[in-house]
Amino acid sequence: MTTPLTTAAATDAGAPAGPATTPGTGPSTHRAAGRTASARGRRKPPQTPLNPRPSIPLTLVTGLVLVYTLLPLAWLFINATKDQKSLLNSFGLWFAGDVNLWDNIVRTLTYDDGVFVRWLLNTLLYVVVGAGGATVLAVLGGYALAKYDFPGRKAVFAVVIGAVAVPGTALAVPTFLMFSTMGLTNTPWAVIIPSLISPFGLYLMWVFAAEAVPTELLEAARIDGSGEVRTFFTVALPLLMPGTVTVLLFSMVATWNNYFLPLIMIKDPDWYPLTLGLNAWNAQAQTAGGEPVFDLIITGSLLTIVPIVAAFLLLQRYWQSGLAAGSVKE
Amino acid sequence: MRTHSSLRLLGAVAVASTIALTATACGSDAADGGSAGTSGPKEVAAALEKGGKVTVWAWEPTLKKVAEDFEQKYPKVDVELVNAGTGDKQYTALQNAIAAGSGAPDVAQVEYYALGQFTIGKSVEDLAPYGATKHATSFTSGPWNAVHQDDAIYALPMDSGPMAFFYNKKVFDKHHIKVPTTWDEYVEAARALHKADPKVFIANDTGDAGATTSLIWQAGGHPYKTDGTDVKIDFTDDGSKTYAATWQKLLDEKLLSPVNPWSDAWYKGLADGSIATLTTGAWMPANFASGVASASGDWRVAPLPQWKKGGKASAENGGSSLAVPKVAKNKELAYAFAEFATTGTGASSRVAQGAFPATRADLESKAFLDTEFPYFGGQKANQIFAESAANVGSDWQYLPYQVYANSIFNDTVGKAYVSPTKLSEGLKAWQDASVKYGKDQGFTVNK
Amino acid sequence: MTLLSTRATAAPPPRARARLRFRKEAFVGWGFVGPFVAVFALVFLAPIGYAIYLSLFQNRLIGGTSFVGLDNYGEALTDPRFWDGLTRVGMFLLVQVPVMLGIALLVALAIDSGRLYGKTFFRVSVFLPYAVPAVVASLIWGFMYGTQFGLVGNINEALGVTLPNPLSPSLALASIGNIVTWEFVGYNMLIFYSALKVVPSSLYEAAAIDGAGEWRVVWSIKLPAIRSAVVIATIFSIIGSFQLFNEPSILQKLAPNAITSDFTPNLYTYSLSFAGQQHNYAATVAIVMGVITAIIAYAVQLRGMRKG
Repeated sequence: MTTPLTTAAATDAGAPAGPATTPGTGPSTHRAAGRTASARGRRKPPQTPLNPRPSIPLTLVTGLVLVYTLLPLAWLFINATKDQKSLLNSFGLWFAGDVNLWDNIVRTLTYDDGVFVRWLLNTLLYVVVGAGGATVLAVLGGYALAKYDFPGRKAVFAVVIGAVAVPGTALAVPTFLMFSTMGLTNTPWAVIIPSLISPFGLYLMWVFAAEAVPTELLEAARIDGSGEVRTFFTVALPLLMPGTVTVLLFSMVATWNNYFLPLIMIKDPDWYPLTLGLNAWNAQAQTAGGEPVFDLIITGSLLTIVPIVAAFLLLQRYWQSGLAAGSVKE
Repeated sequence: MRTHSSLRLLGAVAVASTIALTATACGSDAADGGSAGTSGPKEVAAALEKGGKVTVWAWEPTLKKVAEDFEQKYPKVDVELVNAGTGDKQYTALQNAIAAGSGAPDVAQVEYYALGQFTIGKSVEDLAPYGATKHATSFTSGPWNAVHQDDAIYALPMDSGPMAFFYNKKVFDKHHIKVPTTWDEYVEAARALHKADPKVFIANDTGDAGATTSLIWQAGGHPYKTDGTDVKIDFTDDGSKTYAATWQKLLDEKLLSPVNPWSDAWYKGLADGSIATLTTGAWMPANFASGVASASGDWRVAPLPQWKKGGKASAENGGSSLAVPKVAKNKELAYAFAEFATTGTGASSRVAQGAFPATRADLESKAFLDTEFPYFGGQKANQIFAESAANVGSDWQYLPYQVYANSIFNDTVGKAYVSPTKLSEGLKAWQDASVKYGKDQGFTVNK
Repeated sequence: MTLLSTRATAAPPPRARARLRFRKEAFVGWGFVGPFVAVFALVFLAPIGYAIYLSLFQNRLIGGTSFVGLDNYGEALTDPRFWDGLTRVGMFLLVQVPVMLGIALLVALAIDSGRLYGKTFFRVSVFLPYAVPAVVASLIWGFMYGTQFGLVGNINEALGVTLPNPLSPSLALASIGNIVTWEFVGYNMLIFYSALKVVPSSLYEAAAIDGAGEWRVVWSIKLPAIRSAVVIATIFSIIGSFQLFNEPSILQKLAPNAITSDFTPNLYTYSLSFAGQQHNYAATVAIVMGVITAIIAYAVQLRGMRKG
């Protein structure tokens, strides 16, 4: 299996996985193996790398990482249950006397005429159009890079990586001036258009398309007289779905978390995404006559990450298989 | 479809690049371009008659009501009030919009210290022809000095920040500490407080450019002297030295709490008494009421401690004005709004909401002076603030690029707060960095 | 990036039709990749081109714009504030990236080994921080780092100890590294884990027959199998480190004296551009930074590949 990033010398290092290991079957057999192993439990299956037994020490050691990743989230959740006063007065990692989570949520959603809801809807708009568009572009582009031989093909990814290496902060001003000339600043387009580019998404789709869409199938469709566009939609796209979902989710996270570009492009709070809105609430405490709302910031932060976490959990099955085939292997 | 839109995008790129390049190549022209034809009070009145839309960039919360009142008075005018960021964030946005030649507001809130950057770049309109001259005596001298240069008036003062000394009376009483009247007594009080309760600090300070320059101002220092494009920076004058010597004692003995202003910890410190005093502008009471509500009744206001015993010197901290960018679309309406918001009933309405006035009429009104602040135990705090406003040293100047200078304060002076570097060395480093920037920007510095 | 190897498009078409076929492929290929390239040109290439143009000029508050050729580049290459920042992110890179990728790799191997209780829970939980916006992550950690009322302060009070301030000048970089690690360890773990999942089971069967132990399997089968995944993760991490901005910029409010305006090259260009209105010089620093980043990413890729 060659991948765009392997050299010829490296290709024969591993045995060819062959088309048998299609994205779907690989993981599921593996998972099944794990499940049967634990189901058998005490019957002492032979200990091989294929039939391992759960180990308490390993679970504990890896558990340390789990504590590390979950602790700040626990902090966020616990503190979202506190009112402004106990936020500062009580121990950070435990609940204060009374739980105000619901009250905090209601106040977050209704504060300043419900501006948080407006920001949430803005963010949804940016995510749907931006991340959706980014996925479409990445799928089309990745497919082309994997399945068509055209002049300049090799240059595309090199240029993409090279351009990504230039720090975005300094490009912000040139981008701002350009967008301003085009009348795009302070409109949703200023956030959406830059979100349409996902370099990692392009890379992922390229590798994924190379693996998941057998060239023979495309040839067969062409011989049947199917046009290139039709072939793409009827033959390639269904095979590309797992990868597409993966790219969609990664683009969603990127758009959902986008901060720097909107900061420069959007001046009208009516078009803020959530991240900018939360930051504005944070800045509000620093204004003469402003009202500090640290409790709302914390609850707002919690509300900001809930939808994206939910999306990940719901679509788990798809994105994992997509990522599996998309990841680089030999 | 797809091909079409991508072609259009490519075309747009080409067009945008060309236009943008031209815009930069003659950036200074673009800034001047807007001022064709002068307008007077007549045109302003006509514009109000005709109506239209005014976009206002401001973070000052009291302007919301002013905007509504303005719209009610002039039904054909639509005011769009946008919070485009606080302080330097907004200035950045404003500079960018000015550079781009589009997207700038008609009216922008600009703090006094930052105004120089916009006047030197000629990016704000001279308001004198519109009728601003007649307000020359309406404003107190500190703010007025900050907005005019010779005959040109670059903004109208919106509020001011004569400094005062806020202290937690409960904490002072508990430890039997006298309210300091000089900065030497302040240092004594700092020691006594911290000794009585190691958790209590007289104040928090992590290095703040505005506070530092204000205290140097009060000490009679003149570190900045600006005359057109000639700039002099000297942080070794007497005022600066006096400040640095006193503050060095507080730093050496670790008598200042390392809590950042406006952080959650700061609000908490002000509430629980671990930060016992605050030396800042007269706009602070509104923040006390909203952010430190639980300590209502604990705090009092006193005049600033003095550098010389028996003195009355004061300085300004903060305060902002309303300016009209040259690239504004509707300058007449913009001026009309700025005038409405900063004078007459507009100003009074803002004072009623807790803003600190820059207008003499409001400052001298009996109702204002006799206002009792329940938060300060019924104290008539405005009398102290008004007294302070009257004693502000009048010949203070900021740099024409103070926004940048302030942004590197913590890179230089900040070292004195976290390392053995002396405050005087930090100020010297700040001076050097500011001199370098000034030279890079084409100013004649320290010649 | 010549290393991007050509992927053969399966069976070559008959020679006679090859030319025509090639032109058609070129047309269709560009048609598919065109929208991406067009938007990419708009949001990346055009601003970069514009930045290169800007870097040749100087714009002063007094005196306006003038052409200065490569002077800005000369200044950037001898600018101590730029080099300080670059050294700092260099150190960050050398420590944070290996630590983060190391943890990610170990967790991925642990989950893949099938020897964990609650494997799915592990996988999802470790990944969760990736979904937290950098703004929110820095906010949370900023609160927790507080020595007065934050978690560090709580611990000091509860245990009667004095932990060093995580945001003091000597520890700020490490504290930022911790936040970045927290945010991205799960993401990298998932990339490694996914690469591991598709290692063909026939290899494991062969290893089992040979009687290879678990460590042997890790060393001889799993690690080689995911080497390119490690390389690509390293490259993206290097780019990320060199562009370090969000976390220090938000923590700057909490530790203004430790996190200076030139703390990282990206903060420096931001400060130049936004506080100082020095767009031209900022563009120059950005271009220099981009070239350095690209060279290092390229070198890593070369090395990573040669080892195979």
